[in-house]
Amino acid sequence: MKKPSRAPFYSIVIGLILLGLGTAWLRHTTMEIPFFSGEQRPVWLIEARVDFFANNEAVVAKLALPSDPPGFRTFTEQAASPGYGWAVIENNGTRRGEWTKRNASGPQTLYYKAQFVGEIDAGPVVPEEPPVPQEVIWDGPQATAAGQILAMALSTSSTPQSMTRELIKLLQNPSPDQNASLMLTAEPNMATLLEKLLNQAGIPARSAMGLYLEDARRHQSLTQMVEVFDGYEWVVFNPLTGQEGLPDNLLIWHRGDQSLLDVIGGSRSRISFSMIYQTVPALELARAQSVDSVFSVIGVQRLPIEEQGMFKLLFLLPLGALVVVFMRVIVGLKTSGTFMPILIALAFLQTSLGLGLFSFVSVVAFGLVLRTYLSRLNLLLVARIATLVVLVIFIISMLSLVGYQMGLNTGMTITFFPMIIIAWTIERMSILWEEEGPKQVLVQGGGSLLVAVMAYSLMQLQFIGHLTFNFPELNLVFLALIMLMGQYTGYKLSELRRFRAMIDDVQQDLQKAGDSK
Amino acid sequence: MRWVSPWRLQRMGILGMNCRNRDFIGSYNSRHLFPLVDDKLKTKLLAEEYELATPRLFFVVREQHEIAQIEKKLAGLDGFAVKPAKGSGGKGILVIIGRREDKFIKSSGVEITIEDIRRHMSNTLAGLYSLGGKSDMVIVEDLIQFDDSFDGYSYEGVPDIRIIVFKGYPVMAMLRLATHASDGKANLHQGAVGVGLDIATGRALRAVQFSKPVVLHPDTLRPLNEIAIANWRDMLLLASRCFDMTGLGYIGTDIVLDKVRGAQLLELNARPGLSIQVANGRGLLPRLRHIESLKPRAHRTPEQRVDYAMQTFSLD
Repeated sequence: MKKPSRAPFYSIVIGLILLGLGTAWLRHTTMEIPFFSGEQRPVWLIEARVDFFANNEAVVAKLALPSDPPGFRTFTEQAASPGYGWAVIENNGTRRGEWTKRNASGPQTLYYKAQFVGEIDAGPVVPEEPPVPQEVIWDGPQATAAGQILAMALSTSSTPQSMTRELIKLLQNPSPDQNASLMLTAEPNMATLLEKLLNQAGIPARSAMGLYLEDARRHQSLTQMVEVFDGYEWVVFNPLTGQEGLPDNLLIWHRGDQSLLDVIGGSRSRISFSMIYQTVPALELARAQSVDSVFSVIGVQRLPIEEQGMFKLLFLLPLGALVVVFMRVIVGLKTSGTFMPILIALAFLQTSLGLGLFSFVSVVAFGLVLRTYLSRLNLLLVARIATLVVLVIFIISMLSLVGYQMGLNTGMTITFFPMIIIAWTIERMSILWEEEGPKQVLVQGGGSLLVAVMAYSLMQLQFIGHLTFNFPELNLVFLALIMLMGQYTGYKLSELRRFRAMIDDVQQDLQKAGDSK
Repeated sequence: MRWVSPWRLQRMGILGMNCRNRDFIGSYNSRHLFPLVDDKLKTKLLAEEYELATPRLFFVVREQHEIAQIEKKLAGLDGFAVKPAKGSGGKGILVIIGRREDKFIKSSGVEITIEDIRRHMSNTLAGLYSLGGKSDMVIVEDLIQFDDSFDGYSYEGVPDIRIIVFKGYPVMAMLRLATHASDGKANLHQGAVGVGLDIATGRALRAVQFSKPVVLHPDTLRPLNEIAIANWRDMLLLASRCFDMTGLGYIGTDIVLDKVRGAQLLELNARPGLSIQVANGRGLLPRLRHIESLKPRAHRTPEQRVDYAMQTFSLD
C-alpha cells in the first residue's frame, strides 16, 4: 500500500494556522481589538462649558461641535444640561449642538462632553472640489497697502505655502513697515488679516478654531489657525509663528466663519473648555467603532448579550478538546468517557474549582453507593441509567439545598453539572469497579478529573477567555494543532513506562547470554 | 518511577498505540469490515461458511422475552459459554463448566443460579458489555474441552493463543493462560500469564504476568518454558486463513486447542493489544515493516504465507 503524500495535509494545517493568526492580526490592527483584556487606551475628555444669563424667555443655544477633527476620532459625546432639549444638527460638513428650552431665567450652565482618541495619523484634508478664493474688499488706503504687501510676498515666494510664510514674516516683523502696520491697525486679528490677504492673492484660505490639548487644563480657549489650500489639500498654519502643519495636540474644533456659540434668549454668554487625559479599556473603544468594518462580521459582539455569554463558553470548548487530545494521544492518560472532562471543566467554570471538585466527587460517590443497590434490583440497562439520572438530580438538589442552608450561595451553581453525563459516569465506574476493581475506578476517575482540572485551569485564564471570545478565529489554530496531533504516531508518555520493565528484562537476558558465552 | 527513552523503544521496534492505530489499523482495516469481527455472531457464521473450525453454536438470544425460556434451552447442556456478540476485551463472558442440582458452576468454582444467568443475559442485551452501549445479542456456545497438553498450565479457564496476522502473515504469537488473579479470563491486563511463542516452532520464549517475567505458573507452579504447542503449523494456518475470510489487514486471532476437535477459532479482534510484545520480549514493528516491504501477492495461499513467516521470523 502506498503512503499518501502528506503535503496536502500539512498545507491545510499551515493554512489553518495562518488563516487564524492572520485574521486575528487584521482584526487587531483594523478594529483595534486589543490582544490583552486589561489593555487601556488614552483618550482626551474635553468638556465645553457654556454660561449665560437667560432673559426669562425661550432659549436656543447653539454650539459649534467638532466633526471629524483631523488626527482624532470621536469616541463618545454627550450633553449634560438639566431641563434642556439637546440635538446635534449636521449641515453640509458642519455640526452644531442645539440646547433648547421653552423658558429660562437667571444664570444657566450647559455642558458638552466628548472623548477623543488621539494618536491617529492625520490624513490630508482634501476637499471634494477645489475651493474658490473669496473676494476681498478693502477701503482705499488699505487696498493699496494690501496690494504692495502681496506683491512683496509674491516676489519672494513660489508656492501657496511659501507665500503664506512670507506674508506672516512681513506682518510679524518686529519693526513692521508702513504697509504692514497700516493693515494691522485696520484688522488687528492676525488670522483674519492673513486669511483676507491670501484670498485676495487668489489663494483660498479659511480660518479654523483649534483647541490645544494639555492634561488637566481648565478655562482653555480656542486658538485661531489659518488653513491654506495648496491646490490639493488644506494646510494648517499658525498665523502667529508661521509654523506649518497641524500640531499633534491641536484639535480642530470648528471651521469657517460661523460663530462658535450663539445664544438666543440670553446674554453675557461665555464658553470655556477644560480637558483631562484619561484611559478607557481598549476593548470598549474597539466595540464602539466596530460598526463599519468587514471584520466586525466575524465578531460575536453584535449578538445580544445573552447569546454572547453562551458563545463565550462555546469558544472555550476547542481549547478543552485540545487538552483532552493532548492528554490522551501524547501523554496517554486514561479517562472515563472521552470528552466528559471538558464538560466537567465547563461546569467548574460556573462553580469555582474547589466547590466543583467537592460536589462532583460527592455526587459520583453517592451515586456509586446507590448504584450498588440498583444492581441488586436487576433493572434493564436503559431503565437503570434513567433511574440514575433521576437520582443524580435528587442528589444535586439536595446538595444545593444543604449548601443554601449553610449560607453558601454557590451551592446553587452545581446545577450546571451535566447530569446525564454524570449518570453515565456513575454507571461506567460501577461496572469498572465490579470488573476491574476499585483501583481502575480511581485511575480512570482520577484521570478524568486531572484532565478536567487542567482544561479548567486553562479555560479560566482571563486572557484565554478574552482571546477566544474576541478572536474566535484563533480556534482555527487549535483545530490545526488537534489535526497535527491526530497524525502523531510516536510513543505515548505512558508507554515509556509500560514497556520499561520489558526492555530492562530483555537487556538483562541478553547480557546474561553474553556473559555465559 | 523510571522511564525508558523513546529512542530505545524505537531501537527495539516496539509498536506504540498511536502508531498501531494510524499506520496499521487505520491503513489496513477498512471500516466497513469491522462489523465482521466486532460481532462475534457474524464472525462465527462467516467462519462456518469458510469452513474454519469454531466452537459449536448452541443458540442465540436476540430479544428480552426469549430470556424467559432459556431454562428449557439450557436443559441438555452441562457446560457452555455465554458471550455478548459485540463484547470487547473479554467483558461479559460467562463460562459454565457444570451443574450441581439447580445451580450452575462457573469456571471459577462459584455457584450461580439461573436467575444470575438471566440477569447477565438481560444486561448483555441492553448493551452493557458492547462498545458504545449499543444493544447486543447473547451467544451461547459449546464449551472448549481444552487439550491435555495444557494440563496444569491454566487455572479455571481456557488457554487461548493470540496470533497477530498482518496481511495474512502470522507475525507474532502468544499463549494466554488464565490465573486465579485474572478470574479465569485470558486478558493480560487482568492478570493472565502471557507466554510468547516462537512463530517457527510454537515453543515458549518467555512468560510474563502483569508485565513482569515469570518462570512458573503462579497457581499451578508448572514451568512455563516447557510449553510447546502441538500442531503449530495448523494453528498458524487457521489464523492466516482469517485474513482471506475477513479482508482485514491487521487482526488478532484468538484460537483455542480443543481436546477432540483441534484448533478452534474463538474470535477475531480488529484492534489487537500491544502486550503481545511484552510477552515475546520483542517489538512488532520490524516484522510488520518487513511484511509491508514484500511485493503484493508474493505469497498467494495461506500455506505459502505461513511457511514464509515460519522461516523469516524464526529465532534460531
